Amino acid sequence: MELLTDWVEWLPRLLSGLWVSVQVTVLALVIGIPIGFVLAFMSSAKNAIVRWLTIIVVEVGRGMPALVMLQMVYFGLPEAGVVLDSFAATVIALGLTTSAYTSEIIRAGLRAVPEGELEAADALGLKRADIVRFILIPQGFRIALPTLMGFAILILQVSSLAFTLGLPELLSQAYSIGASTFEYLEVLTLAGILYLVITVPGGWLVENFEKRLSKHLA
Amino acid sequence: MDHFLKILSAVPVTLLVTFAAFALGAVIALPLAGGRRSRFAIVRLVTKGVIDILRGVPPVVFVFILFFGVGSDLIRWEPLPAAIVGLGLISAGHLAEIYRGGLMAVHQGQFEASAALGLTSTTTFSRVIGPQAFRVAIPGMVTWLISLLKDSSIVSTIGVAEIMFVTSQGARSSGEGLLPFVIAGAVYIALGTPLAALSRWLEKKLSFGRRA
Repeated sequence: MELLTDWVEWLPRLLSGLWVSVQVTVLALVIGIPIGFVLAFMSSAKNAIVRWLTIIVVEVGRGMPALVMLQMVYFGLPEAGVVLDSFAATVIALGLTTSAYTSEIIRAGLRAVPEGELEAADALGLKRADIVRFILIPQGFRIALPTLMGFAILILQVSSLAFTLGLPELLSQAYSIGASTFEYLEVLTLAGILYLVITVPGGWLVENFEKRLSKHLA
Repeated sequence: MDHFLKILSAVPVTLLVTFAAFALGAVIALPLAGGRRSRFAIVRLVTKGVIDILRGVPPVVFVFILFFGVGSDLIRWEPLPAAIVGLGLISAGHLAEIYRGGLMAVHQGQFEASAALGLTSTTTFSRVIGPQAFRVAIPGMVTWLISLLKDSSIVSTIGVAEIMFVTSQGARSSGEGLLPFVIAGAVYIALGTPLAALSRWLEKKLSFGRRA
């Protein structure tokens, strides 16, 4: 009973933290996915220099832990004259990580568009730009969508690392409640449950969506 | 140079956390993968719930629950074992799903043939199904190992003196913000690249000679 009253008391603060987590996640995706698209096209460019530089950028972005990226942007960039608050730093760092990861997801999606579709479009006399716009991108995106959704769930999880920058997101709120009440287990468990409330149904949604998209293959 | 040497000296701790957690996870994942295929619906459901929780709670939150939560109320433990157990349990959730994918890739006929030959279920799994499932699962396991290597950076938050811990300490004490993080990033990439190459090589090697 005491646990419940505690939880009810803590919930508003935790929910406001969750709202910050969701905000930085959505903004990181809104910034990161379009850049991911550009990187996906550049990493299959005809020009070898463009292609290799892009691949290096993507591999660095994927190889660097998100925590390093976050701290580098927040604690490192001021040295280069760029001072950001913790919210902006989180959005930018997670946006960069998102662009590197999603570029590979999108590239795989674009590659999975059946060759025959493109040949058919070509045979119909469609211009190259129109083929990309009307055939390649919509279909490639559709194929990539479940993986992108899975990645979005992952980024929400990663946003918890922003507590190291002092961003008042869900984990920060839970930790500071824990520090003042010494009820770490109770409050951190509630925080974990709040993450699960989004990640678990999100996972089911992705699974369902994947099944629906591959129905014709069954 | 100073930063570089300090960060380099923390590499063994990062590798210890990564490989110990991976090994722990690889073992605990076995019963979890088994539970997902149980004859009893309730066992399947509970196992699925456990796996969803392990995969759905952010790693840093999970490690905090173990270290600050369980650590303050039930058992006191050092950061290092808490880190390994926390990342190990998360790994178990992910690896169980990877094993399950491997098991699903084994043709139903293999189970039927084993039954027809009168093999015991132990022999069926250790000699017939296991090796085939494992072959399919290996690339996924290596991919998980790479992401675990990067995730191991989060245990710096509970005070394990691995790469990230030494890096942020160095950044704070020297007042140089950018350089330590660039070095740390480069070290992680240098550690991850051979694993990525291994994964690609294994994928090629293990699919060789298979018609499908």
